[in-house]
Amino acid sequence: MLEPQNGPGEARGDDDLILSVEDLAVHFPLGGGLFGRGRRLLRAVDGVHLKLKRGECLGLVGESGSGKSTVALSILGLVTPTRGRIVLDGQVVTSRPSGDRKALARTVQMVFQDPYASLNPRQTVRRTLEDPLRVHGVTARSEIEDRVATMLRHVGLRPEQADRYPHEFSGGQRQRIGIARALILNPRIVICDEPVSALDVSIRAQIINLLLELKDTLGLSYIMISHDLGVVEHMSDRVAVMYLGRIVENGDWREIFERPAHPYTQALIAAIPDPLHHAPLATTGGDLPNPLNPPNGCAFSPRCRYAEDVCRREPGPVLETRPDGHAVRCWRADEISGRVALALGEEAHR
Amino acid sequence: MTGAPLLEVEDLRIDLDDGSRRVAAAESVSFRIDRGETFGLVGESGCGKSITALALIGLLRPPLSIGAGVIRFDGREIQHLSAAAQRNLRGNRIAMIFQEPMTALNPVSPVGRQIAEMFVLHKGKSWREANQLAVEALGNVRVPAPERRVHDYPHQLSGGMRQRVMIAIALACGPDLLIADEPTTALDVTVQAEIIELMRNLCAERGTAILMISHDLGLVANVCRRVAVMYAGRIVEERGSADIFRAPSHPYTQGLVDSLPRLGSRAALGRNRLKEIAGVVPAISNFPDGCRFNPRCARATDICRTLVPTADFLEAGGLVRCHHHA
Repeated sequence: MLEPQNGPGEARGDDDLILSVEDLAVHFPLGGGLFGRGRRLLRAVDGVHLKLKRGECLGLVGESGSGKSTVALSILGLVTPTRGRIVLDGQVVTSRPSGDRKALARTVQMVFQDPYASLNPRQTVRRTLEDPLRVHGVTARSEIEDRVATMLRHVGLRPEQADRYPHEFSGGQRQRIGIARALILNPRIVICDEPVSALDVSIRAQIINLLLELKDTLGLSYIMISHDLGVVEHMSDRVAVMYLGRIVENGDWREIFERPAHPYTQALIAAIPDPLHHAPLATTGGDLPNPLNPPNGCAFSPRCRYAEDVCRREPGPVLETRPDGHAVRCWRADEISGRVALALGEEAHR
Repeated sequence: MTGAPLLEVEDLRIDLDDGSRRVAAAESVSFRIDRGETFGLVGESGCGKSITALALIGLLRPPLSIGAGVIRFDGREIQHLSAAAQRNLRGNRIAMIFQEPMTALNPVSPVGRQIAEMFVLHKGKSWREANQLAVEALGNVRVPAPERRVHDYPHQLSGGMRQRVMIAIALACGPDLLIADEPTTALDVTVQAEIIELMRNLCAERGTAILMISHDLGLVANVCRRVAVMYAGRIVEERGSADIFRAPSHPYTQGLVDSLPRLGSRAALGRNRLKEIAGVVPAISNFPDGCRFNPRCARATDICRTLVPTADFLEAGGLVRCHHHA
């Protein structure tokens, strides 16, 4: 199981880490006239810390616009961070020559949401799987064939299906092809961005089971982005909750789902309809604030039922990791979760 | 359950004409909705739930058409009404909201005008009066500062606000039936909760019945009193919504309930392999004979491959179409 997370700078247990995101910020300048006057800054991601251990699945949840996908794109090297470091397997991958893009692609891959849009309709499955191998210097015909056949078996397809086109497959099978493409280069980390939400409900369990099996047999680590908290709870070892570009809570899956400490996490969980009862759904009030014009104080304060003066005045406290590995960014977390304030938390609190 | 139901659908068949032949995209669809009731139609894409809704509201267009059956609304058969009579019914007494409000709203018209239009078209109000009513309607769906928001265009609103506008338009004329086709699928879970509560409360206040269509069995079971599950063009089970989750009777419904990771189940039972439903949803051109679920069903026997199961009434209430139901 999981051990308490180490504080920043501590070396112990660091070789366990496959990915570390440190103070990541991605700001997009928007609009603006001549010479950049009137230009506004969209802080899509603003000071995110994440750690992913080998073999672990980290669930990343939050509403659309919370910055989940921007974090994913930064890790994939598809967005240049404004600030911060990304350390992959001991190597700093931010701020390095773009030639290393290929090395990055061998380490991190992505499974996309929509298997209809993310496969080239004019390429056979074989071509889709072979191209990455060729680009990465695998030239021997027999090796390419072997790897394509092995990978198709891994994802539950037959090697003889390799010469078909995407339209000949069902949605679930297409997602299997998408997974095969992500895994063909033997990456260490796979980012799954809503991997089942475009699939038929009766097919989702097949893909969730497949992803979990592959994680174990191939020794992968996952970052799992989803708005379906049932799927996140099922798959994740740890869960990070994002709100308006920041992580507001981070902890072991059981802690997050059984003792959510941040009012936003509580609201997310409470909003899930209970199929057995007609009880009204818990509502939060209001939409995600405009990231171009974030509220003063804690970004969640306008929607938070517990907000006090301090919440509207001071930006949310730093994300303090408690000894049990549960981290919360909320001025009133200890009161709200009804816990005895831990020594560490108490100091941060007052 | 007293008095005539608001809506009765009997043996509805919807044909798809693909040029060379006709196939039934939905068939033997029967259900009833009482006044003020909440009823859910659940199924995967292609199961026929959305075209059933379009048939009710008179919006089926070629290659789809009503092949057989009766739709009775408030005691009157409406399946063969003239276009003008249907237009009069639609928006006025039966209203519909769609999944993606951005495509359902007119992008080049301010939202207030789109609401006001309802009062002008259906209630014979002047534009001046209608504009006033639009502000009120927008306030009723809890859009802040409605007197300013009426001038906004759809693109200036968030997804949740747009869906509120859709609800304002749909409820403008006080319809008897609101059809909501995946009303929150494009929205975040917190916004979904707001929209569902808004819809639920407004309809309860006005006695408007809801027909909710969704792939999300959990959501529908929470919102609706009764649920019908569709598979490959047929209703396979219809139950009280709590029953369908606690004791599903049809193997397909059982499969759906078991296969979904439900919040709290991992903590209670550990992380077990999810139960899968084997195979894929059949294509419309390729529906199997007999029970259409038989190629994916663990309980299937010879009879399932040849004979279409009839609807069996369950002792606990509700009905199921399966030769071997629980």
